[in-house]
Amino acid sequence: MKKLLNTLILSIVATLALGSTAAFAQKKPQPSDASAYPVAPAAGLYQAFGEQAGIRSLMDDFVLRLRADARIGEQFKETNLDNLAKQLSDQLCQLSGGPCVYKGADMKTAHSEMDVTRAHFNALVEVLQQTMAARGIPFQRQNQMLALLAPMYRDMVTTR
Amino acid sequence: MKPLLSQSTATLRRTSHAAALFALTSAIWLAATPLAHADTGKLLLTGGVSTVEGAAGGGLSPWAVIGTQATEGENGVSAFVSRAVTRNYGLTVAGAAVAFNNRLELSIARQDLNTGIAGQGLGLPGLHLRQNIVGAKLRVAGDAVLDSDTWVPQIAVGIQAKQLQSSGLNSTLAALGAKRSGTDLYVSATKLFLAQGILINATLRATKANQNGLLGFGATLGGADNGYEVQPEISVAYLLRNNLAVGFEYRAMPNKLQRAGAAAGLGNGLRGDDWKDIFVAWAPSKNVSLTAAYVDLGRIVPATTNNRRQTGFYVSAQFAF
Repeated sequence: MKKLLNTLILSIVATLALGSTAAFAQKKPQPSDASAYPVAPAAGLYQAFGEQAGIRSLMDDFVLRLRADARIGEQFKETNLDNLAKQLSDQLCQLSGGPCVYKGADMKTAHSEMDVTRAHFNALVEVLQQTMAARGIPFQRQNQMLALLAPMYRDMVTTR
Repeated sequence: MKPLLSQSTATLRRTSHAAALFALTSAIWLAATPLAHADTGKLLLTGGVSTVEGAAGGGLSPWAVIGTQATEGENGVSAFVSRAVTRNYGLTVAGAAVAFNNRLELSIARQDLNTGIAGQGLGLPGLHLRQNIVGAKLRVAGDAVLDSDTWVPQIAVGIQAKQLQSSGLNSTLAALGAKRSGTDLYVSATKLFLAQGILINATLRATKANQNGLLGFGATLGGADNGYEVQPEISVAYLLRNNLAVGFEYRAMPNKLQRAGAAAGLGNGLRGDDWKDIFVAWAPSKNVSLTAAYVDLGRIVPATTNNRRQTGFYVSAQFAF
């Protein structure tokens, strides 16, 4: 019985290892599901963020903090911040269950010319956390929004 | 006695080879790639804290996360010290881990158990049991934090080679048929349910270790089952803030010494129990995490400790570079 269990565990481990190697081998050229809003937002999330006006002023603050950030600010040097804030507002509004429709580029295309590492992505998440905290959005609501955004790392991280 | 000696020397040599390999590989990799900058890297606490065996995880159980503050494309180093004081024992642990590209974690830890009155009961006053642990962990799939649109957890496989140092307990362990070296194999799955702020880890560990190896590995006296056992471990953490988490852990352990102890006329005097804790972990900055816990390690050599449950407190500090 013990032998059997050990063999079972070893085969599970081997299968997992092989599976992940296969996953590395195939590069996805298409935007992943992360760009397709597959996850339902938590109830009341859009309202908790102050609806369209609240989300827009949050994003206005966010893009200023992005540009000021020592780690990733450089990447937004040439960016039209007003337009970025509008695009982000549409995205967050739609994601959180609001009546907006995001019409900008998918996340894969939007970042294809940029050098975005996982560390850059995490830095962006931190700036967003700081922005939300500064505007008094409760921690659990912050996480509900982040849960909708986090899978986009698959399309946004371009440098591995 | 001779074969036993040469066997343990061989194991010791293996362990020091592993340690040398650890140091060499670490040095080469670290020299080749830049370290994580303190201000980028992982999100707070998403590399876990340091376990008592050196691997990243909770306090008692390894998680599938790769430790240190380094994320993909970065390498990182962390070091920790931990101290647990239960009713009859004191455990001090120090160790370090290096992480490569959020893929591979190598760790090293040294445990020192002060046996207190239990040692006196065994006629070995001042007995310290010291164990060295060299570990490796490989992330094989998933991202525990960012894959919040799927149920797929981050999965890692790990190995821990353990060597209990020579002590006054040698002859007792030999009489019970317990070895002084052993290897644990484990697979861990970690998932942060981000919208809920709840992290769950499940680990399955194949092990022969008695009290994680501090009382040796396996036992044969009285026909005790000496094979590997697969033991489950569970950790659950709830995020209160982005730098503060509370939770609990449960780590099931083999109980091989009970039967060997009974055969030696000690009744249930050598039985062991599962380990549990409730913890709070706080990261005051990206480079520091502090953990405090109430632990219940169950009975440890109850014959000499009045059958007491070894409850007490645990504190740990981790520094990442």
